[in-house]
Amino acid sequence: MKSRHKKLLAIGLAVAGLAIVAALVLNAFQSNLVFFFSPSQVAAGEAPSGRAFRIGGLVEAGSLRREADGLTVHFVVTDTAKTIPVTYKGILPDLFKEGKGTVAEGTLGADGVFTATQVLAKHDENYMPPEAAHALEQAQKAQKTVVPQ
Amino acid sequence: MIPELGHFALIVALLLALTQGILPIVGAHRGNAAFMAVARPAAQAQFAFVALAFGCLAYAFLTNDFSVENVARNSFSQLPEIYRFTATWGSHEGSLLLWALILGVWTTAVTVFSKHLPDDMAARVIGVMGLISSGFLAFLLATSNPFLRLVPAAAEGNDMNPLLQDPGMVVHPPMLYMGYVGFSVAFAFAIAALLSGKLDAAWARWSRPWTTVAWTFLTVGIALGSWWAYYELGWGGWWFWDPTENASFMPWLAGTALIHSLAVTEKRGAFKSWTVLLAIAAFSLSLLGTFLVRSGVLSSVHAFATDPARGVFILGFLGVVIGGSLLLYAWRAPRLMAGGPFTWFSRESLLLANNVLLIAAMGSVLLGTLYPLFIDALNMGKISVGPPYFNAVFVPLITPALFLVGIGPLARWKQASLPALAQRLKWAFVVALATAALLPLTLKGFSFTASLGLFLVLWIVFTVAIGFADRVQHGEGGLGARLKALPRAFWGMQLAHFGLAVAVCGATVVSHFQADRDVRMNIGDYVELAGYRFTFQGATPVPGPNYQAMRGRVEVSRGGQKQFVLEPEKRSYNASGMPMTEAAIHYNLLRDVYVSLGEPLANGAWSVRVYYKPFVDWLWLGGLFLALGGVLAASDRRYRIALKKAAPPAPATAAGGAKA
Repeated sequence: MKSRHKKLLAIGLAVAGLAIVAALVLNAFQSNLVFFFSPSQVAAGEAPSGRAFRIGGLVEAGSLRREADGLTVHFVVTDTAKTIPVTYKGILPDLFKEGKGTVAEGTLGADGVFTATQVLAKHDENYMPPEAAHALEQAQKAQKTVVPQ
Repeated sequence: MIPELGHFALIVALLLALTQGILPIVGAHRGNAAFMAVARPAAQAQFAFVALAFGCLAYAFLTNDFSVENVARNSFSQLPEIYRFTATWGSHEGSLLLWALILGVWTTAVTVFSKHLPDDMAARVIGVMGLISSGFLAFLLATSNPFLRLVPAAAEGNDMNPLLQDPGMVVHPPMLYMGYVGFSVAFAFAIAALLSGKLDAAWARWSRPWTTVAWTFLTVGIALGSWWAYYELGWGGWWFWDPTENASFMPWLAGTALIHSLAVTEKRGAFKSWTVLLAIAAFSLSLLGTFLVRSGVLSSVHAFATDPARGVFILGFLGVVIGGSLLLYAWRAPRLMAGGPFTWFSRESLLLANNVLLIAAMGSVLLGTLYPLFIDALNMGKISVGPPYFNAVFVPLITPALFLVGIGPLARWKQASLPALAQRLKWAFVVALATAALLPLTLKGFSFTASLGLFLVLWIVFTVAIGFADRVQHGEGGLGARLKALPRAFWGMQLAHFGLAVAVCGATVVSHFQADRDVRMNIGDYVELAGYRFTFQGATPVPGPNYQAMRGRVEVSRGGQKQFVLEPEKRSYNASGMPMTEAAIHYNLLRDVYVSLGEPLANGAWSVRVYYKPFVDWLWLGGLFLALGGVLAASDRRYRIALKKAAPPAPATAAGGAKA
C-alpha cells in the first residue's frame, strides 16, 4: 500500500471513529445528563417532572423520620429559603446527618415529594457537597440576608 | 529544626532540578559534552535532596510534631504508626512531595539504565525530566509548602480521614504515582526525539520497556484502588466512573494505546508521529489527572481544600507542558519519515484500529469527566454525568477493541490474509458464540450484554491458545522446552490479553448475576440471598486503637449447613467523631459474600446490607495477570542484551544528533 493510501486509510479510520464516538456521546448525553436544582428552583417550578434530577442543600434539623421497616426514611432538604420533602428507601451514607449538607438524586412527584433513588455519600465530615453549597449561596443571595449556618 | 531542614532540602532540590533541566539540553543542542555530563550527577543529587525532604516530613508525622501545620491537620497522636507514616502523603502537600520523590526515583533509574543510549539522547531525556521536576518543586515551594509551621503549635492533630486508615493507603497511592509519573519517561523520550529529530526504531526500543513498566504500575494502582473502594466504601461497588477514577483510567487507556503503537514503531518503523503524540497524551493525561484529583476541582475522598493559587499554577503548568510539547510536535513531526508500507489488512492496520478505538474511548471518558466542569465554570448550571453515560458510550467503543485482541496477535505484519485467518479462527468464533449465547440461558435467562461479554472472554481465551499452538507447532524438544523457548515478550503479551479476558469475565458475571438486599434485622432474624441464609446475631461494642466499633455477627449458612461467620463493623473515630462502615467479606474465587452494617435501629436491630458477588475477584485477578504480562514483556531478552552491551554508542549518531 502506498503511503498516500495509508494516510487516507488512517484519516478515514479516524473520521469514522470520531463520527461513531460523536453519535454515541450525543445519544448518551441526551438521555443521561443529570441536572441539579436547588430547593428554591424546585419551588419555582424550574425542575422537570418525570425525569431524574439532583437536589442539594442542608438536611433540616429535626426532619429525619424513619418508618417501622427501618429502611424507609423521610427528611427535608432546605436551602434556608425553600424546602423539599424527600423520601428514600435504603441505607443512608455514613455521613448523612441533620444540619449537614447532602445531595440526592431522584424524581419529583405530583404531590411535591422528592423520591430519591440515591443519597450521595460524602467522604469527609467537614466537606460540603459543592452543589449543596451552591444552593445555599444562591438562596442567601436571593434573601439578601446572612443566614447563620 | 527538622522541618526547616526539609524545606531547605526542597529549595536545593529545585536549584538542582533547574540545573538538570537546562544545562544538559543546552549541551546536547550545542554538542557540549561537559554540559551534557551534568545530567546524571545533577539528577541523582536532586533525587537525594527530595528524598531528604520527604524523610523530614515523614519524621515530623512519625514523631507527632503538631507544630507543623500539615501534620496537625492530617494526623493524630493515637493513629497507629503505619498510618502516621502514610499520612505523609495523605494531604495535598505531602502527595505532591510523593509525586516529586517518585519522579526522582524514575529519573535516577534512567540515569542508571541509560548507559547504552547516545550521550545527547540521555542528556535530553534526563533534562526534560529535570524540567518537569522543576515545575513540581516550584509548585510545592510556591503554593503548597508541606513544612509550614503552626504558631502556636497545636496540642493534638485533626486526624486522618478514617477512610484512608487502611492498608490500601500504604500501596495504592505510591503504585498509582509510579504509573502516572512513569509516563514522564516515555514523554521525555518523545520530547528528546523531537528535539534531536532522530526518531527511529531504536528510539522506540529504548522507550518501550519504560513505557511498559509505567503502564504495569498504573494497572496495579488502578486495580488496587478498585479493590480498596470495593471493601472499604461498604456498598460493594468496584468501579463508579467517579471523576477521580476516570483521572487514572484515561492515562491508562492512552498508555495502552501507546504500548501497542510503540510495538509498530519498533518492529516496522511506522506510526512514528502518532506514537510521539500518544506519549505526549499519556503524560499530559497523567498531569491532568493529578490536577483534577489534587486541586479540589472534583469533590471526593481524594480532593483537598481548594486554593485558587494552586489551581492557576497547575493550569499554567499544564498549559506549558501540553502546549509546549504540541508546538514542538507541530514544528518537528512533519520531518519524520514514513515507516514501512502495509496493506489494509495487516497487524499494523489492526493495531491502528485498536489505537483509534482506545483513544476514542479515552476521549469519551474525558468528555464525560470535563463537561460538567466546563458547564459549571461557564456558570451554565450544575450537571452530573453518571455511570449510565459512561456505560452507554464506553462499552460499544471497547467491544470491537476487545474483539480485535483475538485477531491482531495472529495477523502477520505488512500483509495478512483475511480468508486464511478466518479459516483458522472460525471454530474459535463459532464455539465462543454458541457457548456465550447458551450459557446465560441456563443460569438466569438470556441477556444480550451478558452473552456479548462472555463471547469476548471466550474469544480472547481461544485465540490466545491458538497463538501459543502456532508458536510451538515447530521447533526442537518437547512441548515444555518449546514453550520455554518462546520470548518473554510473547508470553507477556499473551498473559496480558488473557488477564483482560479474566477481568472482562469478572465484570460481566458480577454485573449480571450479583444480588443484594437492604433489610432491617432484629437479633435472630434471617434473610436469604442466592441460596445463602444470613442470620443476624446482634452487635456488640468493641474498642479499637483510635475508634469505638459496634461489631455485628452474621452467621451464613447454605442448605442448612453453617458455612462461616461475618463480623462487619460500624466505627466511630475518636478524634473526628466520624462514623465509618467496615464491611465483612468472605472471599472465594467463584463468589464473594459481603455484609455491611447500616444504622442501629430500636431494640438492638440494625439495618443490614447483604451482597452476593459472583466472580468479582476475577476483576482484580485479571488486573494481576495484566501486570504480570507487563513485567514479562518489559524484561524481554532483547532489552537486557541492550543493557549488557552498554558500550559507547557509535560516534556518528551522537554527533549527527547533536547538530540537528
